[in-house]
Amino acid sequence: MSIRVEEVSKRFSTYPALAGVSLEIVDGEFVALLGPSGSGKTTLLRIIAGLDFPDSGVIRFGDRDVTDDPAAKRGIGFVFQHYALFGHMSVARNIAFGLDILPRRARPARAEIEARVDELLKLVQLEGYGERYPAQLSGGQRQRVALARALARNPRFLLLDEPFGALDTKVRRELRDALRIIHDEIGLTSIFVTHDHEEAFALADRVAILNAGRIEQFAAPAEILERPASPFVTSFVA
Amino acid sequence: MSRRSPLQESKAVKWLLIGVAFLYIALILLLPLGTVFYEALRGGVATWMEAVTESNARSAITLTLLVAAIAVPLNVAFGLAAAWAITKHDFRFKPLLLTLIDLPFSVSPVVSGLIYVLLFGAQGWFGSTLQDRGIEIIFAVPGIVLATIFVTFPFVARELIPLMTEQGKSDEEAALSLGASGWQTFWHVTLPNIRWGLLYGVLLANARAMGEFGAVSVVSGHIRGETNTMPLHIEVLYNEYNFAAAFAVASLLAVLALVTLVLKSILEWRHRGAIAARGH
Ligand SMILES: Nc1ncnc2c1ncn2[C@@H]1O[C@H](COP(=O)(O)OP(=O)(O)O)[C@@H](O)[C@H]1O
Ligand SMILES: [Mg+2]
Repeated sequence: MSIRVEEVSKRFSTYPALAGVSLEIVDGEFVALLGPSGSGKTTLLRIIAGLDFPDSGVIRFGDRDVTDDPAAKRGIGFVFQHYALFGHMSVARNIAFGLDILPRRARPARAEIEARVDELLKLVQLEGYGERYPAQLSGGQRQRVALARALARNPRFLLLDEPFGALDTKVRRELRDALRIIHDEIGLTSIFVTHDHEEAFALADRVAILNAGRIEQFAAPAEILERPASPFVTSFVA
Repeated sequence: MSRRSPLQESKAVKWLLIGVAFLYIALILLLPLGTVFYEALRGGVATWMEAVTESNARSAITLTLLVAAIAVPLNVAFGLAAAWAITKHDFRFKPLLLTLIDLPFSVSPVVSGLIYVLLFGAQGWFGSTLQDRGIEIIFAVPGIVLATIFVTFPFVARELIPLMTEQGKSDEEAALSLGASGWQTFWHVTLPNIRWGLLYGVLLANARAMGEFGAVSVVSGHIRGETNTMPLHIEVLYNEYNFAAAFAVASLLAVLALVTLVLKSILEWRHRGAIAARGH
């Protein structure tokens, strides 16, 4: 499904975090939101997720206006920079959370949920880790669990806020590759936020470059490198 | 060359300071507490038993437990709601709400009691209305409960607000993004995250609810066997020069406080691992 962001603006107190952002992401695409710290990447992602609401502008999923829908109703998967795993639940219960809380008539049978958990553990290469607790995992493993948890309910979109930001270089690269493979396997429309242009260019189909709450350029990596749209883009990707 | 850190005092100074601290604690805390138990048991166990099972004492104990059993759950409900609103949501008047929660800490307990007398007493604002309907609040159990709720008001909220502020909103946001309702998020995510802090707040509120003297004294009327809580009963006995009985009931109250303290320490000790392991 496609995502359309139309003229979205958002202020915190008086300073605009987003100043009229428009963006159209096509079905199955893997997009990076790239920009320096404070440029509005997280705010834009959270507005798409329904964790924040814009002052003006519209968000559409397909043809549907979802601007006022809460996060729980949007059918998204969200991965947080610091994982936000539930510390009192095992890895398996974390992953199953979205299914466990479904109302009884919509909830799959116990065995089905467990099968889904196993399938997701396998997808993120953590087979056999279901009974562990988040505190017993490394940063990279935690982020894999967070990814599996976000995918459990077959979301329409996957949104990731600096998913590798807190990890060291080697783990980062592994996880980055894993994410691309998972994306290609299930063909899920995905947006990830990063301030690292190499990461954005290595991973994304298209990159949206943000600066001070505006989009400077939204294009494929090769195009951005060949024809930077502004002096800011030129210096930022240099 | 010596490699002392600049903050390090010499050994002698260090032990002197530690010694002073312990001496101070012994003098101010342990000595009086010890005296309570010594005086309580001086006349023998039989005398002690008689003092705490005599009918007025029993009624005071029952009343104290009843008041705590009402005031503490109400403050838990309020404390949870207030802490949740303050830490997980943005709204105007937040600083005002925070200040109001602290009000009972800064107001003298006697004043807290007087407020209710002014409102509900025979000469108070609602006094005649209540009297017409035969409802007794002041010099009756409801007044004691109200005064206790007032003085224990901040404990749970004050315990939870820093804890929940530190934990942030991202666990809750993760739950919401996974399709959870507000209630499910609270029940499955927020509450487990704060359970030890909550229990701690409950223990503190309970200790204060059972021990409160000033506010309760103003609204109680000191009717023996009816509106005397344990602290009030102790005062009555003491004023009658019935020291043995006064210290006996006091020792019981002190035991309740010590039990609370021990529970709190056990909690902290048992869950220090869990608290340290929460890696985010
Ligand atoms: N909850 C908030 N309250 C106040 N200001 C905020 C809040 N969230 C973001 N901002 C401000 O909005 C701007 C954009 O922030 P953000 O979207 O987090 O940027 P990025 O993710 O690109 O670093 C920044 O100036 C930031 O300080
Ligand atoms: Mg950010």
